[in-house]
Amino acid sequence: MHDETHMTMKKPPTEFDRRAFFTKIGLGSLGIAAAGTMVFSYEYLSPNVLYEPSAIVNSGKPESFAVNSVTMDVNSGIYLVRTEEGYFALSAVCTHLGCLTTWNQDLGIIACPCHGSKFKRTGEKIEGPAPEPLPWLRTWVSDEGDLMVDRSTKIPPLQYLRI
Amino acid sequence: MPLNADQMIDKVRGSRVWRSVFRSGTGSSTLHRALAIQQNIFLHLFATKVRKRMVRFSATWYLGTLTFGTFLILVITGILLMLYYHPSVPQAYADMKDLQFVVSSGLFLRNLHRWSAQLMVFLVFAHMFKVFYRGAYRTPREFNWVIGIVLLLITLLLSYTGYLLPWDQLAFWAITVGSNLSNAVPLVGGKIHFLLLGGNQVNANALLRFYVLHCVVLPLAAILFIAIHFWRIRKDGGLYVQQSEPKPRVTAESAITAKEGQ
Repeated sequence: MHDETHMTMKKPPTEFDRRAFFTKIGLGSLGIAAAGTMVFSYEYLSPNVLYEPSAIVNSGKPESFAVNSVTMDVNSGIYLVRTEEGYFALSAVCTHLGCLTTWNQDLGIIACPCHGSKFKRTGEKIEGPAPEPLPWLRTWVSDEGDLMVDRSTKIPPLQYLRI
Repeated sequence: MPLNADQMIDKVRGSRVWRSVFRSGTGSSTLHRALAIQQNIFLHLFATKVRKRMVRFSATWYLGTLTFGTFLILVITGILLMLYYHPSVPQAYADMKDLQFVVSSGLFLRNLHRWSAQLMVFLVFAHMFKVFYRGAYRTPREFNWVIGIVLLLITLLLSYTGYLLPWDQLAFWAITVGSNLSNAVPLVGGKIHFLLLGGNQVNANALLRFYVLHCVVLPLAAILFIAIHFWRIRKDGGLYVQQSEPKPRVTAESAITAKEGQ
């Protein structure tokens, strides 16, 4: 009889006991701490302030560009193009792997020296590994009458700036 | 009575100072030699005894050892190069040129670092192919093969991060192209690119990040995985050797020619 009561006192194996509870609490807190560390690390490694050149470039007076000319600004990596339809700015950074393309006056094309992509002066791809055309960049005329380009804002092609 | 060289060595090895450092003691019995390996912090990673055929040149061509040798050269020359190199945009290129033309032996150390790096990449691949074609990656050595793959990636990353440090045109454009590859990763590619460079373009942040990766993070990771790689050789039953060379097949023709030769 005594033995039997002892047997019934024993907890069934499915019962949620204190040890399992604290193990879960411990592992849970470690998990939360690990997730917090991940977020913390990501935030730390991702700079909040960049000392990079401004995305907005002042390209000078619009009149300084001749009609049907392509002018490259090497420092900011853009082409200023003036056609009969108007002005537009094109990114000179190849859409393949980020090399700086160049304008070939004789052939009338834009070519990338790294992997051989070629583009028309409207940015359209002729050949090569580049997955996308060179993007058009937002252009406007400032209050001082200068031609401005925002390198960080792409616009759909063929939106000429008419002055 | 003057002592000969062997007696001198024995006397030094028997001295109290020597015994306090190397506890295996004098003598060259098998036990002493085994203890010398087992009780050394560096050597105890390896087996105390190996079969002669395991350490024969033909078994491994010593490719792993040679790779480790180039790694040691790279660590030593790299630390020396760090004494003259500032990882900043105005100074990096000039420091590299100073190392070549102004610093005594700077050209030698820089070239040694560069050529050892090229050699290490070559040797790592040679080591991998040798292990592969001999079938030395099979059970129970699969895990050490995986460690080897990790070491291959670390070697390539060390090569890649070191490439930016001279801060010349080749370095700039190679890292521009190389880091743009990370944009191909789905969803998080752009984030990886941003974190790797510490910005949107290869700039001062990127130079500093690559410097820290090249000089601290990746070498420490390499040392850790090299230690595991060496230790696992012992744990997995020593260097792989083929149990027996395949015997030449005896054909009727070869039996006749052998007879004629008699």
